[in-house]
Amino acid sequence: MSAPAKLPRWAELGLLPLINLGVALVVAGVIIKILGESPLAAFKLMATGALGTQEGIGYTLYYATNFIFTGLAVAVAYHAGLFNIGAEGQAYIGGLGTGLVCLYLGAWPFWVVLPLAVLAGAIFGAMWAFIPAWLQARRGSHIVITTIMFNFIAAALMTYLLVNVLIKPGQQSPETREFSANAVMPAAHELLAKMGITVVATPLNLAFGLALVAAVGVWIFIWRTRWGFALRVAGANSAAAVYAGISPPRIIVGAMLISGALAGGLGLNELMGSQHRILMDFPSGAGFVGIAVALMGRNHPVGIVVAAVLFGALYQGGSQLSFDMPKINRDMVVVIQGLVILLCGAMENVFRAPLTALFARVRSGKGIE
Amino acid sequence: METYTLIVLLLAATIRVATPLLLAAMAGLFSERSGVIDLGLEGKMLGAAFAAAAVSATTGSVWLGLGAGILTAVALALVIGYACITHRGNQVVAGMAVTIMVVGLGPTLGLAWFNLGGQTPQLDGVGQRFTGIVWPWAETAREAPLPGLLYAELLSGQNLLVYFAAALVPFSAWIFYRTRFGLRLRAVGENPHAVDTAGISVNALRYQAVIISGVLCGFAGTYLSTAASSGFVRDMTAGKGYLALAALIFGKWKPWPTLGACLLFAFTDALATRLQGVALPVVGVVPVQFILALPYVLTVLLLAGFVGQAVAPKAIGVPYSKEK
Repeated sequence: MSAPAKLPRWAELGLLPLINLGVALVVAGVIIKILGESPLAAFKLMATGALGTQEGIGYTLYYATNFIFTGLAVAVAYHAGLFNIGAEGQAYIGGLGTGLVCLYLGAWPFWVVLPLAVLAGAIFGAMWAFIPAWLQARRGSHIVITTIMFNFIAAALMTYLLVNVLIKPGQQSPETREFSANAVMPAAHELLAKMGITVVATPLNLAFGLALVAAVGVWIFIWRTRWGFALRVAGANSAAAVYAGISPPRIIVGAMLISGALAGGLGLNELMGSQHRILMDFPSGAGFVGIAVALMGRNHPVGIVVAAVLFGALYQGGSQLSFDMPKINRDMVVVIQGLVILLCGAMENVFRAPLTALFARVRSGKGIE
Repeated sequence: METYTLIVLLLAATIRVATPLLLAAMAGLFSERSGVIDLGLEGKMLGAAFAAAAVSATTGSVWLGLGAGILTAVALALVIGYACITHRGNQVVAGMAVTIMVVGLGPTLGLAWFNLGGQTPQLDGVGQRFTGIVWPWAETAREAPLPGLLYAELLSGQNLLVYFAAALVPFSAWIFYRTRFGLRLRAVGENPHAVDTAGISVNALRYQAVIISGVLCGFAGTYLSTAASSGFVRDMTAGKGYLALAALIFGKWKPWPTLGACLLFAFTDALATRLQGVALPVVGVVPVQFILALPYVLTVLLLAGFVGQAVAPKAIGVPYSKEK
């Protein structure tokens, strides 16, 4: 087999992910059919639940905020040739940093607390990514395995801290006290009300804007800076990078620090924006959704934002579905998530090869027989 | 005497925790020695746990449950094989994807079929579970001096799957180091081109390894839902697949050391349960979470080369292409 012809850019970035998503939804539809419900009715319910009302849209974007942060985290590492499965743990520890600022410096004015909370989340997340990164760079420890291990270590550490140290005294459930009012992210409906627009109250908050800023930042970093270039070179071909005077170990550590910092942004949305306290397992799988989002978004910030909103809609639509179809629960969304990862990530060649052949045939003027 | 009883009970708990770990780690061993990263252990186990419990609950036969568990895990393994071996997809992504899919699929099917919020019904009928087999004179031996208790608590009273797991270690070692198939399997994980040059199909070997991994994950999952507990509950593997992977790495991708790692990790688990809130001399109360995190920390230290060296099969994670 010779080197496969390249797909046109629009097909690579747009058509292929759509085909993958389509197949994932068809498989999900078959499962829904097996469960004894109508797939079309179920998807319609999900779509209206996610996008049909102001409330639905608010929740969709609120979920999407988490996924943008973790998706960007996975993507930056991916560009450096690293597979960061640890976004979950990095988001968990990053959220701890954000939460600590909110708990202990929450008396300060919001515009002082916010940058500190962002910074703390980024630093804590980056530190949690640093150890696996350093071990990969200097000792050759496989980063996939170490980041998985660090997810579990993060979970154990956070359980310990919440149960024994940070717990609000006189309380049973392992949660901290509530953040003070200054350390709470302004909700979208409040911000819009100031501009004279009235919308339904949802957990959507300023963190969504911060996530978009992060996406723009990642785009500039990866495609418009010297560091970003070095990172992509090292990711594509580390031998060539060495010849170009780029040090792969430094790239590994740098990329993972940024990756962890981005994952740390999740706490801004989830803790500062919605829960207003640190609680157990608040990333609740968003780190893994980030893998699906990054794969589907082809590791490009625009694609990631689109994919994150799509997954936000799936999560919101999934809760709607579980209300209206008692036979189906929200776990159906996790199935779709797994299918998307499988089709976009592991089985991409299954669809790429025939599609490429098709394009080559059309282009050579033979037409489709 | 009391300390002795305590130790024996601790060891008995270790065996119970170690069994599914060992079965899954052996599954991973076959897959990874052939060059296919097995991040799907967790998913295959969970899928098998659900299928075994569901079938055992509906048919009343744990053996049919075991069959269903194995079939499910093999089917999932074949999905990974199709993506990674036939289409040379990313092995890490495939394993993750299958795991995430199963995490959602189990409760979804469970809810639709049994209407119990995603669980399967309690397995309390005769023959619906793998239960302990009491060896002759176990009760008499319990009253006897030291080795008696050991006989009664450790050797006797385990279920069939425990003995199967124990037998699996020497059997695997024999396959890997004493058979032609084992030699080829090890070779294909180190240097697939050499295997290909010798006229042996790389893909066929890897498919065989992946299927074996599925079969063993089927046993591991069945153990969880029909022996260790009586039915399937959401997320019941709780990271055991990843812990098994850690044990496999800690065992340096070799059968006997992997057994050692599984026992060590299981022992820390049993110890953590025992030490909950107990004040020890010198150190005081050790937080349970620290003990539970110990296997992961140890594995990272090993991977970093601070405690020994773990050398992975050379071709692991690299899709095979004749051209390169």
